[in-house]
Amino acid sequence: MTILIKGGRVIDPAQGVDGQFDVLIDNGVISQVGKNIASANFSGQVIDAAGKLVVPGLIDIHVHLRDPGYEYKEDIQTGTQAAVIGGFTSVACMPNTNPVNDNKAITLYIRHKAKEIGLANVFPIGAITKGLKGESMAEMGELQEAGCLALSDDGKPVNNSELMRRALEYSRPFGLTLISHAEDLSLVGEGVMNEGFVATELGLKGIPWVAEDAATARDIMLAEFTGGKLHVAHVSTKGSVELVRQAKKRGVRVTCEATPHHFTLTDEAVRGYETNAKMNPPLRSSEDVAAIRAGLADGTIDAIATDHAPHHFDEKNVEFNIALNGIVGLESALPLTLDLVNEGILTLPQAIRLLTCGPAQALGIPRGTLAAGVAADVTIIDPELSWTLEAEKLASKSKNTPFDGWIMKGAATHTLVAGKIVYQR
Amino acid sequence: MSFRHKHILGIEQLSKEDIQLILDTADNFKEINSRDIKKVPTLRGKTIINLFYEASTRTRTSFEIAGKRLSADTVNITASSSSVVKGETLEDTAKNLQAMAPDIIVMRHAASGAPHYLAKRLHCSVINAGDGAHEHPSQALLDLLTIRQHKGRIEGLTVAIVGDITHSRVARSNLYALSRMGAKVRLAGPGTMIPPGIERLGAEVFTDMRAAIEGADVVMMLRIQQERQGKTMMPNTREYARYFGLNPTNLALAKEDAIVLHPGPMNRGVELSSVVADGPQNVILEQVENGVAVRMALLYLVSGGEQNQG
Repeated sequence: MTILIKGGRVIDPAQGVDGQFDVLIDNGVISQVGKNIASANFSGQVIDAAGKLVVPGLIDIHVHLRDPGYEYKEDIQTGTQAAVIGGFTSVACMPNTNPVNDNKAITLYIRHKAKEIGLANVFPIGAITKGLKGESMAEMGELQEAGCLALSDDGKPVNNSELMRRALEYSRPFGLTLISHAEDLSLVGEGVMNEGFVATELGLKGIPWVAEDAATARDIMLAEFTGGKLHVAHVSTKGSVELVRQAKKRGVRVTCEATPHHFTLTDEAVRGYETNAKMNPPLRSSEDVAAIRAGLADGTIDAIATDHAPHHFDEKNVEFNIALNGIVGLESALPLTLDLVNEGILTLPQAIRLLTCGPAQALGIPRGTLAAGVAADVTIIDPELSWTLEAEKLASKSKNTPFDGWIMKGAATHTLVAGKIVYQR
Repeated sequence: MSFRHKHILGIEQLSKEDIQLILDTADNFKEINSRDIKKVPTLRGKTIINLFYEASTRTRTSFEIAGKRLSADTVNITASSSSVVKGETLEDTAKNLQAMAPDIIVMRHAASGAPHYLAKRLHCSVINAGDGAHEHPSQALLDLLTIRQHKGRIEGLTVAIVGDITHSRVARSNLYALSRMGAKVRLAGPGTMIPPGIERLGAEVFTDMRAAIEGADVVMMLRIQQERQGKTMMPNTREYARYFGLNPTNLALAKEDAIVLHPGPMNRGVELSSVVADGPQNVILEQVENGVAVRMALLYLVSGGEQNQG
C-alpha cells in the first residue's frame, strides 16, 4: 500500500523541515519527502493536502487509558480512538490502573491489546514503586524489557526522598526516564484548588504553588545528584518552570511537559464550583499561565501533554470537595495548542515540535519525525477548520471537559499510523 | 420594592437594597416573637426541610422556630456530614427530596458550594445555612440587624472581625454584607488564618488585634474551631487567647459604646475572657433573638413575600 500526500505544508521540526512538499509512504514507512513527487502513474492513494499542514504523528506522553481495571471510565479502544481523532498517533499511558502497571504482565497486556486494536501506538509507562505505594521499587528491569520507556507513580509523588534517589540510580543503566509527579503532600493538605483569591472567595482549601515547587526542586536535585534522567510531569507553576530552566542551564538531565489546560485556563474557571475545572495540579493564576507560555516559547518546556484523565459523570457530579481530579484532553489539545500560534506565543514549527519530537525525545520514543525509513505516523491538520467542542460527542468514554461548547480552531483531518489511515474527518 | 431572589445562597448575590429589605422585614417580624401567641399564618401549607449535614443546634433550631412561627410545616433531616463514606450521593438526596415537593430547603453542609449544587438541581428555594468556609448569610444578616438596632445605622461604622478568617463562613458573609452597607471592615487573626487576597474583598487586614479594635464601633469575635484548624495553625488556645482573645484591656481600645458580637457557640476564656463574655457590651443573646426574626424574613421573602399574604 502506497500513499502520496500532496501539496501540504510539511513541518518536521526534528529535521528542521518547513515547506511545501509531498510525502510518499510505502509499505508503512516514510519513503520520501520532496518537491512535486510525480503522481501521474501512481497507483496508490493520493491525499490532497493543499492548504493543510502535514506533520509527524502527534505524541502525547501523558494519558490515562484506565485499562485494565477502570474500563467504565475509558479503555484502550476508546482512549486510542479519542487519540487518533485528536491527531495523536502515539500515547504513553500512566500505570495507575487496577492492577497497577508495576509488572511485565500488565505492560504486555496493554501493548498487545493496543496492537490488536490497531489505532494509536501505545507506550505503557510502568510504576516507579510497587503498587504505587511509595514503599519499594517496582521491577524496573523487567518493565523495561517488556517495553516501558519510562516509569512514574503519577497521581502521587514518591514521597520518600531516599527511595526516589535509589530509583533514579537503579533506573539509569536501563535507560529509563523517571517521570515526577511533583507534589509535597504535606503542603497540599486537604487543598482542592489553587491557593489564592478565588479559593478565598469560594471558601475552598487551597493548594499553594510551593507544594509543587518544593517537590520539583527536590527531584531536580536528586536527578542532578544521581545523574538519572528526570521528566517533570504537568508543570503548573511559574516556579517549576524556572526551576527546570535553571536546571537545564546547569546540564541536569531533565525535561518537562505542560498541559493545554494549564496554559489555557486559570483558577477562575473553578467559579460556580465547576468540578470539570478540578484537577491536580490545580489550575493556577494568570501569572503562572504566562510563565508556562513563556516556558513553551523558550524551550524550557519540552512537550505538550494532555494528562487525559477520564472520569465517569457520577465522579464529577458531586460536591467540589469530593469530585475526582482531572479532565479528558486528547480531543482538544491540538486546537488549544494552535491557539498559542494564533495568539503569537509560539511559531507553528515550535507548536508542532512540542507535540512531536519534543515529547518523543523526552521519553525516548522512536517516533516524531518524517525522516525516510521511519514508521509512517503522519497527521494532516487543517489549521483553519472551525468546530464546536461538544462534550457528549467526544469519542472518549468520559465527557469530563471544561471546554464544552468552546469554538475550536484547527483539527486533524487525517491520522495515519504506520502508513494506515486510522482516522479521517 | 420587591425581593427577586428564589434562593439565598450567599450575601455576595444580594444588593444593598435586598439587605435593607431583609432587615426591615425582620424588624417587623420581631414583634411577633414578643407576642403571647407567637404564630402567624403567613406560610401555612408550605413545607420547609432543614437539611443539616453538619452538627448545629443554634442555627437549626432558629430556622425551625422561624418556620413554625410562620405556620409552615418544618421537617428536620440530620445527615452524616461525610458523603465520602458510602451512602447516598447529594444528587440522589436532591432527587428524593424533590419528589416530596418541599417549598424551601434550608441546608447546611461541610462542603463549600453544596447549597449551590442543590439549587441547580431542585425546583424549590434553597437557603444556605452555612457551607464549608464559604458563606453563612443568615448569620451575617442577624449580625447586621443587631448592629443596626444598637447603632441606628450600619453605614460609616467600623467593624473589627477577629479570629480564624480562613476557615470562617461567618467572616466572609459579614465582610460582604457590611461592605455593601457602607461599613468599614477590619480583619485580624494569626498569620496562619488570613486567607490570601481577602483584602481584595474590601477589608483592611491586621495581624495585631489591638490595632484592628482601636476606635471600632463593633468587635466581632469568631469561634476558634480546633477541629478545623488541625495542629499546624497555632500553638494552642492558651497562646491564641493571649494574642487574639478579647479581654477588658484590649476592648478598652474600641469606642466606649462599642458592642461585642460572637456567632456562638463561644469558647469562654479563649475568644472572649469571662469578664467580657458576661460584660455589658456583649450582645450575643440579642444576636440569637434576632436570628429567629431574620430567618422568618428570609423564609417569607423567598416564598414570594407580599404576594403570599392573601
